[in-house]
Amino acid sequence: MGESIVITSGKGGVGKTTTTANIGTALALQDKKVCLIDTDIGLRNLDVILGLENRIIFDIVDVIEGQCKLQAALVKDKRFDCLHLLPAAQSSDKNEVTPEGIQSLVEQLKPDYDYILIDCPAGIEQGYKNAVAGADKAVVVTTPEKSSVRDADRIIGLLEQENLESTHLVINRIRKHMMDSGDMLAVDDIVSTLSIDLLGVIMDDEDVIRASHHGNPVAFQPDTKASIGYRNIARRILGESVPLMSFDEDKGFLLKMKKLLGMK
Amino acid sequence: MTETNLYLTMKGTTEGIIVYLDDQCSFDQLLEELHKQLESDAIHQRTSIKVHTQNRLLDTWQQDEIRHLLNDQHSIGIKSFESNVISKEEARSWYDHLTLKPYVKTIRSGQELHENGDIFIIGDVNPGATVTASGSVFVLGQLRGIVHAGFPDGANEVVAASYMNPSQIRIADQLSRAPDYEVEGSQREFAFINQETSQIELDDLHNLQKIRPNLTDISERGL
Repeated sequence: MGESIVITSGKGGVGKTTTTANIGTALALQDKKVCLIDTDIGLRNLDVILGLENRIIFDIVDVIEGQCKLQAALVKDKRFDCLHLLPAAQSSDKNEVTPEGIQSLVEQLKPDYDYILIDCPAGIEQGYKNAVAGADKAVVVTTPEKSSVRDADRIIGLLEQENLESTHLVINRIRKHMMDSGDMLAVDDIVSTLSIDLLGVIMDDEDVIRASHHGNPVAFQPDTKASIGYRNIARRILGESVPLMSFDEDKGFLLKMKKLLGMK
Repeated sequence: MTETNLYLTMKGTTEGIIVYLDDQCSFDQLLEELHKQLESDAIHQRTSIKVHTQNRLLDTWQQDEIRHLLNDQHSIGIKSFESNVISKEEARSWYDHLTLKPYVKTIRSGQELHENGDIFIIGDVNPGATVTASGSVFVLGQLRGIVHAGFPDGANEVVAASYMNPSQIRIADQLSRAPDYEVEGSQREFAFINQETSQIELDDLHNLQKIRPNLTDISERGL
């Protein structure tokens, strides 16, 4: 029996969809059966980031309306057999989708998958309510900006009323030098303000944009900072205890030696 | 000086005349008795008296009736109605106003908390959150949101926090907001209305007992 996780943020543009795609990919890399559900009806783009746009035939609204079977709407990933996507509708009437509809979809999917990741639309209106309805757990994505943290706080307050097992935090787009200079909120400050457990941190990385552009989630790449961050998150979701990655830039062999010897 | 009739007892005190009304007879009998007494002019006109109803609880219309009889027909003012008893409803509202309401949670952006009486929050009040109390507000945590104590008119109420960095503090009808530039908050402070300037000021928590020595004294709550 799988576990459903909603990925949400309140504010738009903080990286919900990218996070969903990459956590999904990273879980699939660990041989887990994963289904991604895009609930952003009318503004779908999870499929684009995964590079699966051309393979969509049916979508979530078709399934809810009973136009097609659930299995027929699932798009298989081009890299993994164990990663599937249930795409959002691009044009249909979004009022067709109800919390009950999503809930029953998720229940149908649970026996066949280890993880069901629900990509939530921005905002706290109907779309958010739909996405949260089917979830056992929640992951809140924020960036180290005040506006984004404020909205994350709002969302966490709303999630508290939802009877979820747990709510975890992902801090996205961290810029080390701006945090150091005090022009961005520090990780500790964000965690203390939001007072929920931190699931992981993702460095701001051009590779993320490059990867999305080519429809290949960054989590595939072996050694970029962002991909390591996403893979660490996946391992923590699986129950491993992975230390938070260090933000320090590699400064060469000498520094590593010094650290090793305890001189720094 | 005490004068006793069947249903009325009058006592002269330093605060003026108190008329005790019998609490066993019917209300109509009382009115009649009062009327008779007044006719006989036992009470001098143009004075103000207190009416004590002992173990009887008067409705508003009954109070109006007595007030009408004394005021309009005999031009005797009524300072106040007193009684040994209050209604359950009134008692509940007293209780509500006097008790401390504890919350063990973080009050988050967009959440609003409204209570009668004092609020005690074990947790943070985050930016964008609003807490409103008729009494005082105590935060065992970080206060970064908006707190309104003494809503709507409790000018003696205070806001105290372990870490004080609010976006706004309101007490009764006064408002104070954080400056436009970034400020470091401060540890263990409280906000109160300075009677001289009628403005909200912050002070170290140690001085709370000096500035508001009767904070927890219920008789100070105007009941």
